Amino acid sequence: MRPFFFGLLYTLTWSASTPINAADWQPEMHGFLQAHGASRMGGVECPAQTACDWPYNEQRFQLKLEGSGLEVSLGYAAKLDLVNDAALGDSDLDTRELYVDYNTERFTVRAGRQVVTWGVADLLFINDTFPKDWVAFFDGLPLEYLKLGSDALRIELFPEFADLQVMLADFRKDSLPDRDRFILPGPAISADLDEPSELEASLRASRYFGSWDGAIYLSRTHYSAPALSQIAGQWHGEFPRLNAYGASLSGPLWNGVLSLEAGYYDSVEDRNGTDHAVENSQTRFFVAYSRQIAEDTTLGIQGYAEWMYDYDAYRRALPAGMPERDELRTVATFRFTQFHLHQTLRLSLFAFWGGSEGDGYLIPSVRYAFSDDLWGEVGANLFVGDRNGQFGALGDNDNIYATLRYAF
Amino acid sequence: MRLINPQGKERKREMTLLRKNLGAAGEQRYYIYFHEPADVKGTAFMVWKYPAREDDRWIFIPAIKLVRRIAADDKRSSFVGSDFTYEDVSGRDAADETHSLVGEETLDGRPVFKIESLPKAKVDYARRLSWIDRERGLPLKEEYYDVRAELLRTFTTDEVREVDGHWTATRRTMHNAQSGHRTEVVFDEVSYGVGLGEELFSERYLQRPPRQWIR
Repeated sequence: MRPFFFGLLYTLTWSASTPINAADWQPEMHGFLQAHGASRMGGVECPAQTACDWPYNEQRFQLKLEGSGLEVSLGYAAKLDLVNDAALGDSDLDTRELYVDYNTERFTVRAGRQVVTWGVADLLFINDTFPKDWVAFFDGLPLEYLKLGSDALRIELFPEFADLQVMLADFRKDSLPDRDRFILPGPAISADLDEPSELEASLRASRYFGSWDGAIYLSRTHYSAPALSQIAGQWHGEFPRLNAYGASLSGPLWNGVLSLEAGYYDSVEDRNGTDHAVENSQTRFFVAYSRQIAEDTTLGIQGYAEWMYDYDAYRRALPAGMPERDELRTVATFRFTQFHLHQTLRLSLFAFWGGSEGDGYLIPSVRYAFSDDLWGEVGANLFVGDRNGQFGALGDNDNIYATLRYAF
Repeated sequence: MRLINPQGKERKREMTLLRKNLGAAGEQRYYIYFHEPADVKGTAFMVWKYPAREDDRWIFIPAIKLVRRIAADDKRSSFVGSDFTYEDVSGRDAADETHSLVGEETLDGRPVFKIESLPKAKVDYARRLSWIDRERGLPLKEEYYDVRAELLRTFTTDEVREVDGHWTATRRTMHNAQSGHRTEVVFDEVSYGVGLGEELFSERYLQRPPRQWIR
């Protein structure tokens, strides 16, 4: 975290002149013990450096502390994970969240490591440019591990016409499938990554229009995956600049929920599309509908499209032998969720289908709550279809997983 | 709220429920914050309830700081796995059923109206009998029957207290006659007319619970 944030934490914590009553500040303590394992399916042969049979095998202890003081105008929270990663022979203290809050009637401030989720899509992201952990997701860790915390200052303002959120954050890259746990196509490339040092800035303005939720989003950020290029035989990766502008709308329709979201990705460093390493500008759009179809049974469908600009320039710049992407990439998703036994048993299927790339990704799962404190889940991550597609490329990484969590 | 299965195994939900009535037309706002169990602590529901159309409903999932609008049919959805539906918690629209007075009697020493209600649209029950306290206006018992006249669920009011001039059912039970599962609700603290602002029922407060009301 930068000195900027420490300074702010200090100011927020000590500028109040009211004497501090220690009893007010006592934290509430919770957490969990969790074991998670994912086993590779299909008898695939792995390169030597890849955790082959068990790409995930970890035990995790999470401690969650929360408290407030000064008549609740100040608050703090910490979520700290102690992780034993038996698959890679590693252990680590992972600061998932660590922040302080300052709340007033007209504005709130949150400073520190925090998770932020924007947008209305289900597992598709357009205006949420915040960091994500796709490694955890593809190996079946609980959904919360898809989101990584940002070291950020978040200010919320509440004028009459809308709620405004302003985020100023350090850049944090996505955690993408690597060769420690995944079998990936193509040769292994080792590259020096150069992470951006300037602050990322994002704005969200939201309001209700009757029963509809509307929001607009502006982000001055960077692509969260690196653009790789070769200079004098050495691979080098940078995270190109990205400006994203978008909007979303969500509301009731025929006893269900209709959601729409769109965004324009302005690829600042490749506006004419001639640099094959850097993404071209895009428009992204999705429409979704979800509805309860029977008792404790919900169905959701989404259609998503990504339109690449300057496609001809992209094709001209593409080096020979590299797979060519489509000008219009489409993905449909399907979610089925059903509860049984007083919602202690959850059956779920989430499926991505890449319409343009001819590939797919299926996530069936069953979760059972043995008690209020203990639940277990078994499921699978199955990648099917064309090996040149974004999901199909992970075809050697099908896995079944199991998670057991005891919460306190 | 205690969820008790036929073997006597219990699960417990502890929550704060804030409600605001908007005008006389029956429009209401609900905010429900979960304190227990630990794994769902911080989860919050918000409902904008309308008398003549489907409610708007949102959930806040604290683990990913996500506010999401949820699609749920309040007549058929169990409220957090309990024997109560969402509609049992937030109240049923009187115009959804036709009602007839079938008798006046006493129940546990209280004078009651016995009322038969038949739903107009297809729901999970075909007939409902209610015993309403004539003086306090509270339902003391309800029985839900299916089309074959078999008992589905029984609601009972187990404790009544007068709070701030309002008669209030402070202990209530819903028993599922078919499965043997039951749910008991105890209201530890009840207050009326505390001056909840309409702005509490918004995304802002789903993200950050109003600590003045939720401790």
